[in-house]
Amino acid sequence: MADLGILCSKGRIAEGEQVNDEAYPKTYLYRRIVRSKLFIDDHFSESIDLEHIAGEACFSKFHFIRLFARMYGKTPHQYLSCVRIEKAKLLLTERLSVTEVCFSVGFDSLASFTDLFKRIVGKTPSAYKAEQHQHRAEILAMPLRYIPFCFAEKIPYEKSNFREAIP
Amino acid sequence: MITRLSHVCVYVLDQASAHDFYVNTLGFNVHTDAPMGPGMRWLTVCPPDQPDLEITILPIVEGMMFTKETAEHMRNLVKKGTFGFGVFETKDIYATYEELKAKGVEFKKQPTKEVYGIEATFKDDSGNWFSLSQRV
Repeated sequence: MADLGILCSKGRIAEGEQVNDEAYPKTYLYRRIVRSKLFIDDHFSESIDLEHIAGEACFSKFHFIRLFARMYGKTPHQYLSCVRIEKAKLLLTERLSVTEVCFSVGFDSLASFTDLFKRIVGKTPSAYKAEQHQHRAEILAMPLRYIPFCFAEKIPYEKSNFREAIP
Repeated sequence: MITRLSHVCVYVLDQASAHDFYVNTLGFNVHTDAPMGPGMRWLTVCPPDQPDLEITILPIVEGMMFTKETAEHMRNLVKKGTFGFGVFETKDIYATYEELKAKGVEFKKQPTKEVYGIEATFKDDSGNWFSLSQRV
């Protein structure tokens, strides 16, 4: 597990202890949650122990989940899943196979990856990959279809396919 | 009649660096990345909740819209932080401020309560500045 650094100088909070948010400066509170979120952003492909992150941020697990959800609209686990799926979408536009993408972003089961991807994105990873490759091929074949002419005419660009760009 | 705004332009010193800033630091999504000839790209990004608003990342280089002298003048103005290109909104300005600061973004103004809400201002990697606001 990567070193999160010193996030708390006031000592750990006992598990289950009630915490009054107002006891801490607001900015200090935000920094601890933000650093946890950035840790997830940087280590999403690893096996992340969210309990450990909560402890390193000096919160009880329950309190950490509640504060995180209040700030980001998702629990840490939901956020981690979303980060993995968003990274998967990027990788699927490249030459990696669905299986390679699945394990690259931190999933350990192709079935669970496919199921979650379909739930969040609305289509299977294979369908999304095929769609993105087709879109990229269209852009490369006829880029002027995607560029307003007022800009395109100002550059020394090969306009041999300009007529194809006009609907 | 005009119905909506589809594109807005931001002039930058380096397109690759700006791509990294707007996508990886600010968290915007790439909308279109199309080749425009040797060393040039039509690159547009969009904020997460506005997939149909394209922010066009335009490099200030001689040849496209600028003469050599105009490009140099424009680059100096951008480096000086002359231009503010708009206002970005956030639901939680303190969280956004702490995160962008942790990622190395330069803020001109910390979150400050104003009449309309809470506002901060920051610069992109070229020097352009933006307002970041959370409305009341």
